[in-house]
Amino acid sequence: MGVNVGHAVLAEGLHKRFDKKAALDGFDLAVPAGTVCGLLGPNGAGKTTAVRILATLLRLDGGRAEVAGHDVVREAPAVRRQVALNGQQSTVDDVLTGRENLVMWGRLYHFSKRQAEARADELLEQFGLTDAAGKRAKHYSGGMRRRLDLASSFITRPSVLFLDEPTTGLDPRNRGEVWREVKRVVAEGTTVLLTTQYLDEADQLADQIVVLDTGRVVAQGTPDQLKSKLGGDRIEVVVRTSEELPVVRDVLGPDAEVDPDAFRVSVAVADRVAALTRLTSALAAKGVEAEDIALRRPTLDEVFLAITGHKAEERA
Amino acid sequence: MNAVRFAAIDSWVVAKRDLIHWVREPVRVFANLAYPIISVLIFGLVFGSAMNVFGGGDYIEFLLPGMFGQTIAFGVGTTLMMVSMDADRGVTDRFRASPMSQTGVVAGRSIADLVNSSLELLVLALCGLVIGWSFHDGLLNALVAFALFLWLRFALVWVGIYLGLLVKPEAAQASWMFLFPLTMFANTFVSPELMPGWLRAVSEWNPLSSTVAAARELFGNPGVGGDSWAAQNSLLLAVLWPAVFVAIFWPLSVLKYRNLSR
Repeated sequence: MGVNVGHAVLAEGLHKRFDKKAALDGFDLAVPAGTVCGLLGPNGAGKTTAVRILATLLRLDGGRAEVAGHDVVREAPAVRRQVALNGQQSTVDDVLTGRENLVMWGRLYHFSKRQAEARADELLEQFGLTDAAGKRAKHYSGGMRRRLDLASSFITRPSVLFLDEPTTGLDPRNRGEVWREVKRVVAEGTTVLLTTQYLDEADQLADQIVVLDTGRVVAQGTPDQLKSKLGGDRIEVVVRTSEELPVVRDVLGPDAEVDPDAFRVSVAVADRVAALTRLTSALAAKGVEAEDIALRRPTLDEVFLAITGHKAEERA
Repeated sequence: MNAVRFAAIDSWVVAKRDLIHWVREPVRVFANLAYPIISVLIFGLVFGSAMNVFGGGDYIEFLLPGMFGQTIAFGVGTTLMMVSMDADRGVTDRFRASPMSQTGVVAGRSIADLVNSSLELLVLALCGLVIGWSFHDGLLNALVAFALFLWLRFALVWVGIYLGLLVKPEAAQASWMFLFPLTMFANTFVSPELMPGWLRAVSEWNPLSSTVAAARELFGNPGVGGDSWAAQNSLLLAVLWPAVFVAIFWPLSVLKYRNLSR
């Protein structure tokens, strides 16, 4: 065991270059055992690179990392025995049945045939796949495939689970299924490092969010901390006609964002009560009758935009 | 000792996955078999009467060992495809991130491919026996000939693994375009003696030609001989060429596999 028993994942100053381009440029991370850390960032931010290094799949060029108390370079085999990786694509074998998939992985984790079968049945039960156990995986829904993929990562009850964009390409119902399973395994003590482009996913699952951009950490904290970092609340005004939009904009000031399709103008405010009072009287003076006025915490999308200067989906 | 046992189990588990695929989705096996069988029928029965075997002899007797050779050579496309698909779908990464023996991944691949190719040879041989091909120098020699084909197949597994780790599945699909001429510029369908000078040299030295020529000799089929050193020493070369492939592509594959972590 290493020194940092309290941290299931620890990375210090990771550097990784592909050809001339730096994928990780001094990346630091500390994930306490038993928690979920969401690695958030646009495509190309270095999320997958970080996960692949921590899962011993990629060699690092600089820095050091410990996973489950073992150095990922010097003690790679020990790390592999304690972690599981679920990549962006499903590695489920379509031709095999759900049960056969799990028995295969059990055998590759060096369980005896009988043990592997018993473990497969346990996992099918836990991940709600018992009814589909004998069906070939190609007949599974997207959510079932993901769950089967997750189940195959749980053959040995890993202490750290890496999930690389676990719900990319799933519909909302299937995403919900996967989230439920992730929460369940965390409740049983597994530490999860999750990468995602979906801010609501990080919001839903993560205890701690690390925002990554061009290979380094640009912000971190709990979802609430990140949201309040953005100058507190937002005030939103919805109007009835598009002619009123510029009027409200003038009242809210130069930072206001106009969403013409939703007839909505919004802006970040420091003191919510004072801002609201000022706004209502100004609108009354101009003769604008608002459809709705709301005060709300910023979404993580807005946090991301504010921190990195671009939206999460951009810059593929 | 445990390491050896686990390597053996892992190999078998990986091979079994492929074999189950072939049993449950026989379409691909049939597709692989359809081409050589149809070729045997077209070349043997349609063009056969117009074909000359250098030095005389029945064309079907000449053709079958060539077809065995082409089927074996096409096998490299199968290996290439499977390896690049596993790499592309992240299965290879899952294998690498697991405690399984890394020998098992490639050994399993070899076992599955050799079983598949043995089956193809068997079906093709039965088909040949029906339309008039036979072996004339005893069963033992015939078995040695088949062993030489499988030795070449084993060597090509390593070529396939290396190339499969190098290219995407879409590119792997295009490999047939190169394989096709490579198996035709050989003694498979026509005696090199009947080809123009430069092509004749290429065909005689084509590694596939050595295995096919050695097999013709061992089966007692016509079309054996030729003046070149390669043609004279086909049996030796049928053993050596695959050894050369293994010597080059085994370490290259291992290196490439390790460098996946670059």
